[in-house]
Amino acid sequence: MFLTVEGLTKAFGELEVLKDIDLEIEKGNILTIIGPSGSGKTTLLRCLNVLEMPNKGKFAFHDGVQVDFGKEPSKKEVTSLRRRSGMVFQSYNLFPHKTALENVTEGPLIVQKRPKSEVLALAENLLDKVGLADKMNLYPHQLSGGQQQRVGIARALAIEPELMLFDEPTSALDPELVGEVLKVIKDLANEGWTMVIVTHELKFAEQVSNQVIFMDEGQIVEQGPPEAVLKSPKEKRTQQFLERILNP
Amino acid sequence: MTITADMGGWELFKNSLWPMIQGGIKYTIPLTLISFTLGLALALLLAIMRLSNRKYFTIPARMLVSAVRGTPLLVQLSIVFFGLGSIGLTIDPFPSAIIAFTLNVGAYASEIIRASILSIPKGQWEASHTIGMSYWQALRRIVLPQASRVSIPPLSNTFISLVKDTSLASLILVTELFRKAQEIAARTYDFMLLYLEAALLYWIICFVLSIIQDRIERRLERHISN
Ligand SMILES: Nc1ncnc2c1ncn2[C@@H]1O[C@H](COP(=O)(O)OP(=O)(O)O)[C@@H](O)[C@H]1O
Ligand SMILES: [Mg+2]
Repeated sequence: MFLTVEGLTKAFGELEVLKDIDLEIEKGNILTIIGPSGSGKTTLLRCLNVLEMPNKGKFAFHDGVQVDFGKEPSKKEVTSLRRRSGMVFQSYNLFPHKTALENVTEGPLIVQKRPKSEVLALAENLLDKVGLADKMNLYPHQLSGGQQQRVGIARALAIEPELMLFDEPTSALDPELVGEVLKVIKDLANEGWTMVIVTHELKFAEQVSNQVIFMDEGQIVEQGPPEAVLKSPKEKRTQQFLERILNP
Repeated sequence: MTITADMGGWELFKNSLWPMIQGGIKYTIPLTLISFTLGLALALLLAIMRLSNRKYFTIPARMLVSAVRGTPLLVQLSIVFFGLGSIGLTIDPFPSAIIAFTLNVGAYASEIIRASILSIPKGQWEASHTIGMSYWQALRRIVLPQASRVSIPPLSNTFISLVKDTSLASLILVTELFRKAQEIAARTYDFMLLYLEAALLYWIICFVLSIIQDRIERRLERHISN
């Protein structure tokens, strides 16, 4: 088991957004999360990355590290938790004043203080891998949405995380650009990355994931292998959600 | 070049030009540049203090900004020079003016800088944190460079206002451009001519600055065309 999450709870004021979530992520597995808007998918991902501080819950990692959010973790603990995962945002959030290459080198070079020649080689390699070898010196506004998101993926990979988190990575894209981003994610899947992906692309979810979770109102309603959850869901709410997506 | 009371208008104009320009070069321009630079540093500090979530940073910063913005510059200058002088803390005219103008720029520019930092989307902070940056790293490398582009147009207005405001330093005996005009006018009684001449010089300086401002803004627009 790569990561076990137990009793994860998060509220914004009165609003309980995550209600006692239990989750297991196996090493090399791909977990996709589906569910209606507002069900807490983004918040769950952000809690895994501690961009949002959970109110309660425990993380247990494969290497024995445990974090109990019963008391607020130290800055150092937060940093080392974040170090484990790379995050890809729905709206890319690239640094607009930096080139594609600089976006990717920023983490390893400035934060991790690795040698420049090593970081340059790493970044060029990653940009090549996401198909942007010829766009390295362009600024984000000179790139299409699909290209920007691929830079976003390279930037997240550059810190060499153990886990990749994707929050609706293709939702902001024009339909014709969705494929190029999904292809990059599929490549990562084939390389054996451990990933958690929030998505509305059901076909993609079916193709890449080992496990699918359906969330609603801050709870995991149903989970299992993709065929089971996506093709023959047991829960009424899952059935209704899939129905709505397939026949809008 | 001597100046006498019986001089003709054109001659007086010509002969007082150089003393006024000298006042500008020796005092108006250094006063502006030094106060603006120090003021920006103060402004950045105040902006960061106000963005903190600790009361012992936010409250003093807010009080200082509110006090400076809520009182006339002339009164501030008088407090620093005459006020402090009268309680035994004598500061020369020029450094007094620097202190007052620095405080002034600091207070006004801190609002501009604070607003520009707040205008940077939260996603920029979050992306910085996910690649491992601390608050200070994110501020310095990601947020401030973008915020500075947003704040350059309003800050250049502050700069141009400062050039004009330095004329108030004449009241605490700094022999800057306008003080020179006053001195000559006191001898020749030709107030209209000399004050118009001073106005013209300020106008030329500000006109040149506004052209530079325009250029910078156009270049910035090209950079943030996304
Ligand atoms: N920072 C926040 N402050 C207050 N409420 C929030 C915040 N972030 C999310 N929420 C609320 O939490 C709920 C779940 O949001 P989210 O996790 O973004 O859902 P999803 O990604 O599934 O659409 C929503 O009702 C949303 O309005
Ligand atoms: Mg979401």
